[in-house]
Parts: sequence; C-alpha cells; structure tokens
Amino acid sequence: MKLKGTVFKYGDNVDTDVIIPARYLNTHNHQELAAHCLEDLDSSFVQRVKQGDIIVAGSNFGSGSSREHAPIAIKASGVGAVVAKSFARIFYRNAINIGLPIVECDAEINEADQIEIDFDNGKLHDITKNQTWDFAPFPDFLQQIIAAGGLLKSISGGKA
Amino acid sequence: MGMTMTQKILAAHCGKQSVNAGEIIMADVDLALGNDITTPVAINEFEKAGCTKVFDKNKVTFVLDHFTPNKDIKSAEQSKQIRDFARQMGVVNFFDVGEMGIEHALLPEKGLVVSGDLVIGADSHTCTYGALGAFSTGVGSTDLAAAMATGKVWLKVPAAIRFNLTGQLAPHVYGKDLALHIIGLIGVDGALYKSMEFSGEGVSTISISDRLCIANMAIEAGAKNGIFPVDQQTLDFVKEHGSRQPVVCQADPDAEYERVIEIDLSQVVQTVAFPHLPENARTFTDMPEIKIDQVVIGSCTNGRLEDLQIAAEIMKGKKVAKDVRVIIIPATQKIYLEAMEMGLIRTFIEAGCVVSTPTCGPCLGGHMGILAKGERCVATTNRNFVGRMGHTQSEVYLASPAVAAASALAGKIAPAV
Repeated sequence: MKLKGTVFKYGDNVDTDVIIPARYLNTHNHQELAAHCLEDLDSSFVQRVKQGDIIVAGSNFGSGSSREHAPIAIKASGVGAVVAKSFARIFYRNAINIGLPIVECDAEINEADQIEIDFDNGKLHDITKNQTWDFAPFPDFLQQIIAAGGLLKSISGGKA
Repeated sequence: MGMTMTQKILAAHCGKQSVNAGEIIMADVDLALGNDITTPVAINEFEKAGCTKVFDKNKVTFVLDHFTPNKDIKSAEQSKQIRDFARQMGVVNFFDVGEMGIEHALLPEKGLVVSGDLVIGADSHTCTYGALGAFSTGVGSTDLAAAMATGKVWLKVPAAIRFNLTGQLAPHVYGKDLALHIIGLIGVDGALYKSMEFSGEGVSTISISDRLCIANMAIEAGAKNGIFPVDQQTLDFVKEHGSRQPVVCQADPDAEYERVIEIDLSQVVQTVAFPHLPENARTFTDMPEIKIDQVVIGSCTNGRLEDLQIAAEIMKGKKVAKDVRVIIIPATQKIYLEAMEMGLIRTFIEAGCVVSTPTCGPCLGGHMGILAKGERCVATTNRNFVGRMGHTQSEVYLASPAVAAASALAGKIAPAV
C-alpha cells in the first residue's frame, strides 16, 4: 500500500483529549466526531484537512484516554495516515484495530510538505525535500489485522 | 531467562511455559470491562461482526460511570443502548445508577478482580488492578468487542522497569505523591509499552488504597500496566471483598528489567503536577503562590474511603476559602454510605463543600464541575491536559487528597501540615 498526502505537523504528547474532547463523547457517530477532530489543539484543522492528508507528530502521539473515538475522528476526517516518533500504546492498538494506517518513524518533516508512504517496503519519502526515511514494518500478526481491514474483520472472517 | 511478574501472568493466560518481551500472544481474559462512553462503540462492532452472545456473561462487565446520571439526551441514548444490550445478553455484572460506582473503585470492592487475573478494560485506567497483583490494562472499544465475542485479547508481552521501594512514606505523603514523583522522574512516556513492577521492602508499608492509586497512574507514564507483589495485605483485601481464590505469581529472581529505579520512600515529599502534563511535578520548596477557583476530591485515582478520611481530617471544623468551590465525589455507593456513617459527609458539608453521587464527571470535563476560561482547579484526578476539565485556557493541578483539602481551606495551592 502507498499513500501520498500533505502534512499537518504537530509536536509531542498530542493526547486524545485534544484529538476529541470529552464534551463530544456523548456520541459515537463518525461524522460528528470528525467535525471536532483536533479542535482543542488546532481549531482550523477540520476546515483545512483534505482527503488523504497526513498527520506527522512527535513522541507519545495519542496519549491519555483509551477513547477509540480519537482514531475514529482522525480517520473520518479524511486523514490517510498518522506518522509519529512514537505512539501511546492504546492509541497504537486502536489505530490498528480500526484500520487507521500509522507509521512509527523519527523523520524531519515540515508542515505542508508533500510526503509519500510505502507501507510494503517501509519507506517514507518527503517529496518536497526529496529525502527518504526507513521504518520497520509491523509484525506479521498485526499485518494480518491490517490486511483484513481491522480486528473484528480478522476474527469474523470479513463479516464486520 | 526468568520472567517478570507480568510475564508470568501473561504466560499462564496463553498456555505457555514462558513468554519473552516483544512476543505477541493471544491471551484468555478473566474480565472484560466497558463504560458508558466506550461500550456503545464496542456493541456496534460486536453486532457488525454478527456476534449474538457474549463469551461468558460472568466475565463481561459494564459500569455506567462517566456521564451518569445522564447529563444530556445524547449520553442517555448511549447508556440506553448499553442497558438494552446488557439485559439482552444477560450480563451479570452490569452496574447502573444506584449500584454503580467509578469502575476502577467498584470492581475491586465487588471482588471481581483477584490476584493473578488478566483484566482488560476499554478505559485507560484499567491498569488500577495491578495493585492486587493482577495483570490489567486499558484497551479500545474494538478490543473490548473482540474480547466480548471470543474471551481473548492480543497482547505484546512488555519489557519491564522495576521500582525498588525502601523505607516508608512520611506523614502527609501518600501514594499520589509517589505516583507524581515517579512520573516527574521518568516522564509521561517514560514507561511507554512497558510494565512498571513495584518491589522491595517498602511495598509492605503502602496501603492497598495507595497501591490502587499508584497502579492507576501507571498509564500516565505511558505504561502498559503497573503491578505490585502479592502480600498479606493483598490477600486480606481480596478475601474480604470476594469469594474467588487469588493466584499468586512472583517474579523470577533472574527476571530481566530494562531499568531498575531505586526509591527511598522517606525522601518523597508532597507533590503537585502543574498544567498541562502529569510529568510537571513540583514540590512546595519551589512553588509560586497559585490562587484557585475549584477543588475536586474524587475519581478512580483518589475517591476511596481512605482518601475521603484524609480530606475530612484536614477540613474538620474548618471552612473552605471564600470563592472556592469544593466538589467531593465518593467513588462508589458503599464508600458514600460508609463516609456518611463515619460523619465525613457532615464534615464536608459543614465546611462548605458539595458532595456528589459517584461519577467520573469533572475528571474528564464531562459534567459536575466544568471550568471556565482562566479558572484553576486542584484535583485528586489523574490528568491535567489542555482542556481536560473544561475550557482550553483553564488549569488543573494534580495532587493528593491531603493537598487538595489543605488547598481548599487556603484558597491557594497549599501543603497539608
């Protein structure tokens, strides 16, 4: 799988409270959640984001609450993938379980750069800067979940 | 190579003699937990996958604690979805208003977790039960759905950091101070993906209530779980609250730890985490004057009877500072009742506090104490992120029940004396 998109750049410790504040957790409708994605960190994000754009962040992305509403909001907002130096562990598994592509990679990428992610070969290419970084592929077990389109699909034989 | 306590429990739950850090396992779940925010998403996934019954109606538990008693129509609709599902599935341990408490205070109290268990919960503070020598960790709603259907969860076996505790905490210094001290030391991602294994002669001096608080905060250092060895205090607690037999797992003497951190408990002092990260730990030797608007004493971190006793002792016969709103939230109905019988509720009300029914409420900025722009709150809760308790320009300072009570009286952040 390959993805190409424009970068939205954020720092370390982007927590799930700023990704989707608890005041919006009285719903789990994907579009309603997407309408408030990253609202407490970047209030103009939802106006600016386009289908296939890519979030690039620092360490411990998705820290805090276990709310799956956070990766759901990001995915439903149109974001194609999240690249971070490291992910908080519950966010990491939630993203895999719901089929939001994530990449753990320490790359120097700037806001608004065009980047391309080659998941099969573990390459992250910054088209704007013409620079490439390698990243480690997921373990086989996680690749099976991703290939099936999420955890429930992988255990239900594609029904979910 | 020997195994850590966490690795021992994981091996026992996937039918293996031994497991290694980094290995991915499918483990059997003793208890799968959901709350009123995370369960609706899990139910949808469960039903989409064509599942029609839960794997074991005794091993799935739902606690409606975040937005209950329901704060608005939408949260009422979400709770109703769970109520209907729980009835339809015959979920035995379904706790609604009147029976419920804050999930991580309630489950140990109900005896639903014992030493040696493997517990997952669609709530990040599920790591609390490590205090009882169980492996427990927070997961997402889809994981909960999969566990509801199959009784299993995928887990990556964690490497470990060992905290070797010696000595004893000084008066007015509690588990919360130790937790904030440790997070200040290693950072909010200092234990990312790892288990925090507490050990050493100092463990026996820490109460179960404080162990629950410390294990609860493991997630705030990024950890997969925090775990305490099982001792007589643990066995007494488990026996008092339930009928299931505990399984005692001990770390091997040659278990591998990525790092060992020595902590002399007698050197830990009263600690406050400043906005907007739990790692911003400060002590009273270098603290500026911080005037406050609100105090919250409660939550899964510090809403137990011992916490209320500590706060009441400080407030007895005194009045909270003018213009400070003080909200006390006993974590469960049982705690509420015991606090009432002990006269703690009278103490709080006479001091000028309000006392609420159990709810997570203000901790996550849900309801029951939301902050306006520019307001400051001292809270015994677990997170002080931007906007956590309300407006993005409000501030939350994390502290023990003792510091919170002392601050309520002083109208500014103050140590217990």
